[in-house]
Amino acid sequence: MTSFWSYWTSIISLGVIFGCVWLLYATRKSQTSDTETEQKMGHSFDGIEEYDNPLPKWWFHMFMATVVFGLAYYFLYPGLGNYKGYLDWTSTGHWEQEIKEANEKYEPIFTALAAKPVEELAKDAEAMKIGQRLFANNCSLCHGSTGRGALGFPNLTDNNWLYGGDAATIKETITHGRTGQMPAKGLNPAMNKADVSNLTHYLLSFSDRTDDIKAAKKGSQMFQTACAACHGADAKGNKAAGAPDLTDNVWLYGSTAAKINQTITFGRAGMMPAQKDMLDENKIHVLTAYVYSLSNK
Amino acid sequence: MSKEINQITYNYKVVRQFAIMTVVWGIIGMAVGVLIAAQLVWPVLNFDTPWLSFGRIRPLHTNAVIFAFGGSALFATSLYVVQRTCQARLISDSLASFIFWGWQLVIVGAVVTLPMGLTSAKEYAELEWPIDVLITVVWVAYAVLFFGTIMKRKAKHIYVANWFFGAFIITVAILHIGNSLAIPVTMWKSYSIYAGTVDAMIQWWYGHNAVGFFLTAGFLGIMYYFVPKQTNRPIYSYRLSIVHFWALISLYVWAGSHHLHYSALPDWAQSAGMVMSLILLAPSWGGMINGMMTLSGAWHKLRTDPILRFLVVSLSFYGMSTFEGPMMAIKTVNALSHNTDWTVGHVHSGALGWVAMVSIGAIYHLIPKLFDLKEMYSISMINLHFWLATAGTVLYIAAMWVNGIMQGLMWRAVNEDGTLTYSFVESLEASHMGYLVRMIGGVIFLAGMLVMAVNVWLTVKQQDAKALDTVTETA
Repeated sequence: MTSFWSYWTSIISLGVIFGCVWLLYATRKSQTSDTETEQKMGHSFDGIEEYDNPLPKWWFHMFMATVVFGLAYYFLYPGLGNYKGYLDWTSTGHWEQEIKEANEKYEPIFTALAAKPVEELAKDAEAMKIGQRLFANNCSLCHGSTGRGALGFPNLTDNNWLYGGDAATIKETITHGRTGQMPAKGLNPAMNKADVSNLTHYLLSFSDRTDDIKAAKKGSQMFQTACAACHGADAKGNKAAGAPDLTDNVWLYGSTAAKINQTITFGRAGMMPAQKDMLDENKIHVLTAYVYSLSNK
Repeated sequence: MSKEINQITYNYKVVRQFAIMTVVWGIIGMAVGVLIAAQLVWPVLNFDTPWLSFGRIRPLHTNAVIFAFGGSALFATSLYVVQRTCQARLISDSLASFIFWGWQLVIVGAVVTLPMGLTSAKEYAELEWPIDVLITVVWVAYAVLFFGTIMKRKAKHIYVANWFFGAFIITVAILHIGNSLAIPVTMWKSYSIYAGTVDAMIQWWYGHNAVGFFLTAGFLGIMYYFVPKQTNRPIYSYRLSIVHFWALISLYVWAGSHHLHYSALPDWAQSAGMVMSLILLAPSWGGMINGMMTLSGAWHKLRTDPILRFLVVSLSFYGMSTFEGPMMAIKTVNALSHNTDWTVGHVHSGALGWVAMVSIGAIYHLIPKLFDLKEMYSISMINLHFWLATAGTVLYIAAMWVNGIMQGLMWRAVNEDGTLTYSFVESLEASHMGYLVRMIGGVIFLAGMLVMAVNVWLTVKQQDAKALDTVTETA
């Protein structure tokens, strides 16, 4: 802040404290007695009178003790404008120090674990306890505490992968995150509601859930022009693009006709956040092993 | 009866209106509180209905108890006290009437808009701009009425209760206008003119002083009249009044930043909030001492007078929560308590134990006087209410202490590998019993309010009760 505001806040801040001290001493000085009296002030308001009793001593001393503490705090810590405080303490510095200490304490554990390959680590029961805790702290909010996912958040235990389930790909996904983009096909002028409905029937036909064979047939033709580029001619998806297999009866955004119709019409945007700024490489390695272990028991 | 031309009369009509509405809004506000407390125990009580969901009716609860219940109590008592201690009638009956109906309109506006989801998203200042404008108009009218009446007082001095009411009226005006400044975009949507950390700081400058001036200074005004009146004893120390009044009002305005410890707020502002909150301990206790010590020599009255019990226990809770507050403002303590139920418990030891109890005591004192009676219909019902209120408050606070400290400890627990021991949902599961006990405490407190409503009803329906609009001074 500019030096004007620095002085402004400091002067008012100290002014309030010293104003209180002055008021305390001035009031005590003018006291007529040190002990409780029967002396009244001589006012009466609707019958209420007031005694001229002195300030309670213990109360005065408690007040002064808090003032002394407050002034000492202002001397030691930042509190008066731009004055940095005798201890040079900052909340950022405090945080950095705590992180440093934590790293020194815990880093050796993770360095040791990171020396083992993911596949081996996934079989290490003790290491997987740590992995589970990392998962609970960082991943369970979306994927659930057991990793079974939720609507829009993939199940990590079923060995069904959007981007691939080998160790390197899992690590890549955790480190850099993923952005899944299903375009809003139904909002494209080239596609009408009947087309979307036909496509839905086509997709339902993979799990024998449609009676309208004619619509499914029409849908399959539409699929080749509108969807095959990402999901493949056989609708089995493309892991390189993160395009899901549509024939396997695993539905990230719901399996009902209505949900599938909605997905085709309005599209979907999936977002796995990158963890590289939150967790270091060694922790990501352990986490990779844990996620790997969920579908490779 | 000879009636002199220049004899002073008092306007009791507006006092009576606000006193009755204190009971009505108290029941409504606390009933909503019990509902949201129950929702935290059984989330199904949302009924999947947007306007019954926790996020919408929690602000309805806080607005109803602070501004409708607490506000009505403050209007009733301040407009009564200012007349009686200044020996002057309110300067305008129509202004008084405008304030009553204007304030009721504000509350009805809150009751309608908050469940609809119309909110400015500022805690304790959720109401959207058209209602904010109405609040401002009513508040300015209130200031004119109050200070106008002070100006034409007969006594030379101004009684200490009126200092506190005056500070409350002026500061709440500044806080409300300062924090609510916003740019309207539609009839029911506006954006704050502040952004980011500045917005947060302004919000908590307002938020904490809503506690400091609305819920503390104002209610100390109530205490300073009704405690000496009910005990029939002089105030303990005029000197203490002076020191603790000036210290309290000058320190309180600094304390808001303790709500933003360990946030993006600059370090100096966080330190200032902590230091000033700590120094605030003694000035706060000044009010408690002055109230408690006023009873010295009259302690035996506590045995027979449940109204006095309400007032004395309210002072005990006031002393306890104004000790707890400065402790929670210390950064290292705050690191544990922040965002836990401890904060909720702290607020309610002030809100139920202090604000509600002192208001209830004052209303029991007032109702018979406003209806030309000697006392309430049933003293034993007041006694029953007292024990229900005390038991409810204690259950509530104890449950939130246990929950809060448990949550704080669970959130910071780490395993030997540095990972967190508990996920958030585990701390939530562990809080379930505390939420149940808290709800039971709330139900008990609400039951006390219903006893009060029955007692007030039976009192004013008595044959010799007559609603006094104007009373002639009989000094």
